Amino acid sequence: MYKAWKTFQPYLLATPQTLIFLMFLVFPITMIFIVSFWEFNGYAMTPAFSFANYVNVFSSKVSLSTYLNTFKYVVLVWSACVAIALPIAYYLAFCIERDSVRILLFLICTIPFWTSNIIRMISWIPLLGRGGLVNQALLTVGLVQEPVEWLLYSDFAIVLGMVHLFNFFMIAPVFNSMMRIDRSLITAARDMGASGFEVLKEIILPLTAPGLAIGTIFVVTLTMGEYVTVRLMGGGQSASVGKLISTQIGSLQYPLAAANAVILLLITLVLVAGILRVVDIRKEL
Amino acid sequence: MPKFTRRRLIQTGLATGAALATARCGAQTEAPEGTPNNPAPGPEVNTNSIKDVTLRFIGTGVAQINDIRDKAQEDLGFKIELKALSTEENNQIAITQPGQYDMFDGEYFSLPLVIPSGNLQAIDVKRIKSFDKIASFFTTGKFNGLPVENAQGTAPIKVMYLKDKDSQEFSATPTDWATLIPFQYNADTLGYRPDLVTKEITSWADLFDPAFSGKTSILDIPSIGIMDAALVVESAGLMTFGDKGNMTKAEIDQITQILIDKKKEGQFRAFWKTFDESVNLMSSGEVILQSMWSPAVTAVKAQGIECVYAPLKEGYRAWGGGIGMSAAMEGPKLDAAYAYMDWLLDGWVGAFLGRQGYYSAVPENAKKFMSAEEWDFWYEGKPAAVDMVDPFGTTLEKAGAVRDGGSFEERMGNVVVWNSTMDEQVYLVQKWNEFIAA
Repeated sequence: MYKAWKTFQPYLLATPQTLIFLMFLVFPITMIFIVSFWEFNGYAMTPAFSFANYVNVFSSKVSLSTYLNTFKYVVLVWSACVAIALPIAYYLAFCIERDSVRILLFLICTIPFWTSNIIRMISWIPLLGRGGLVNQALLTVGLVQEPVEWLLYSDFAIVLGMVHLFNFFMIAPVFNSMMRIDRSLITAARDMGASGFEVLKEIILPLTAPGLAIGTIFVVTLTMGEYVTVRLMGGGQSASVGKLISTQIGSLQYPLAAANAVILLLITLVLVAGILRVVDIRKEL
Repeated sequence: MPKFTRRRLIQTGLATGAALATARCGAQTEAPEGTPNNPAPGPEVNTNSIKDVTLRFIGTGVAQINDIRDKAQEDLGFKIELKALSTEENNQIAITQPGQYDMFDGEYFSLPLVIPSGNLQAIDVKRIKSFDKIASFFTTGKFNGLPVENAQGTAPIKVMYLKDKDSQEFSATPTDWATLIPFQYNADTLGYRPDLVTKEITSWADLFDPAFSGKTSILDIPSIGIMDAALVVESAGLMTFGDKGNMTKAEIDQITQILIDKKKEGQFRAFWKTFDESVNLMSSGEVILQSMWSPAVTAVKAQGIECVYAPLKEGYRAWGGGIGMSAAMEGPKLDAAYAYMDWLLDGWVGAFLGRQGYYSAVPENAKKFMSAEEWDFWYEGKPAAVDMVDPFGTTLEKAGAVRDGGSFEERMGNVVVWNSTMDEQVYLVQKWNEFIAA
């Protein structure tokens, strides 16, 4: 009896988690998958098994260019995040001596999360707008004669907005990886005559890779599905897959939106699987 | 979840009894309601239970206002719950989540999508006291022979009546069964900043004027945006339509191509989807000429920034909103719904919304609750005798100002299109997405 209880125990412990997982993740995704084969008219959907939605997605010029546009954002946002996160994390991990200062500076990195998304988006207007601070400064210095238009409601603004939002998801894991690097490795390398660059290349970067991979997963998946930033920072003029799906849902075209969601999910999963193959993130955990 | 208390059980029983009795009376005689042979359903049976009713509303932000709710609860005695949604969410819930609401506060153009879902029940116009006083373009489609009578798009009269109580087909001629009881509507047009726009805006075509390149905007809700776009391309002489309110696939192709070309030329600064976005674009000066909703113009003015709601020579694009009843309602709840609609048309709401620039379905009732100066300014198009203050205490217009576009008859009479749901709605949305993504 006691033995049976012992075998049963772990399953029991895992049950709540499993149920939540099934109800709120597996079930909705299965539904989305099923609905993506349904048919629809202006106001209702009818259960069916039709590939029309997928044919529609793959044969439309818009979806191709929208997907390409989304990849463009992913590449730009990811590169910018890496370029910013590496030096910041390095500085925090290796240049700051005192733990209290390090924690304080790390908290400062979370500032973008202190206000709501909408407020943040609105506050870009007085900064980047035609009469905004940046343009006023440029005009005063005399760098430009006309206000620069592409600062706001452009791809630049979209990437800026997303980097601002997602950067922390890259900084945190990279910083974490760097903090775990055994300092004696660096000391040993120095003793053996390695230059600063060699230390970076041979020790720090390889040991930071799992953190980079985790950060990449966060940034890539977040960027792939993003639509609020794309709409607000792009002034509604730019497209991403997330925004495409949201417009389709808004017009009650659920099956078409579901088909797009399934494709987006598959692409994202392939990307994540690719990252996991290259870097063993379990080292990190 | 409803709680089955004894009290509630008795109430439901009483209500059912009353309903049965009414139905019997109706079945036995064909005498008009209210005559001795066919007594009107006795309100005394239901008045007590009506107090325990809660009516759950869904609607767009325009009328989902706490002041209106509080006043209604005070006057009517039952509870009201509001839920303010975007135009799109409102339609989605109306169609897919019928259990979430009792009263649908929506627009006429959504009816071709909502009615086939069977989630609304027909409204018996004989039970609406002021129905005959409702502005005639809703009830008969006529309006002093003015252009609005021939307006294209989903004009309210096209979707106002159902063929029968249980029908889901629209009737072209008036019947006793209405889809929505209207209570607010307006004529929309282009708004602009006179301090930044150098000339007077008189035509929809001005939106494509190269002088305003990179400083215009249009709204990104397909059913509404396409109508503005159609007015723009038509008045710019870029293309013609058989029926702007019901375009063919070829017409949709052509108009999206024109829009895409203009977008690539950099004519637009941004597209907006919500009221606040249009206000921000305008007040920050990012956009100086755009399609706008009248309260957005008001909101810009309230910040002390000049903004004109241009009367255009081609006419206006109108929208109309009303209240529909969930198919699931019955008994005391249904009585409460009818009581609410009578209250809605009684004038207090009309005056409340009128002070923000919306029109009331029964102007003569709203007049009772407005001061003579307010009535003259908002409905008669006369110069404001005193400062015009909205219900929230903001001064909208200084004394001496005249309403853009003039009187009620001038503005509503010159409506040439209504917000539309077309036969090719699915195709339209697809092409609209192409325009946004281009």
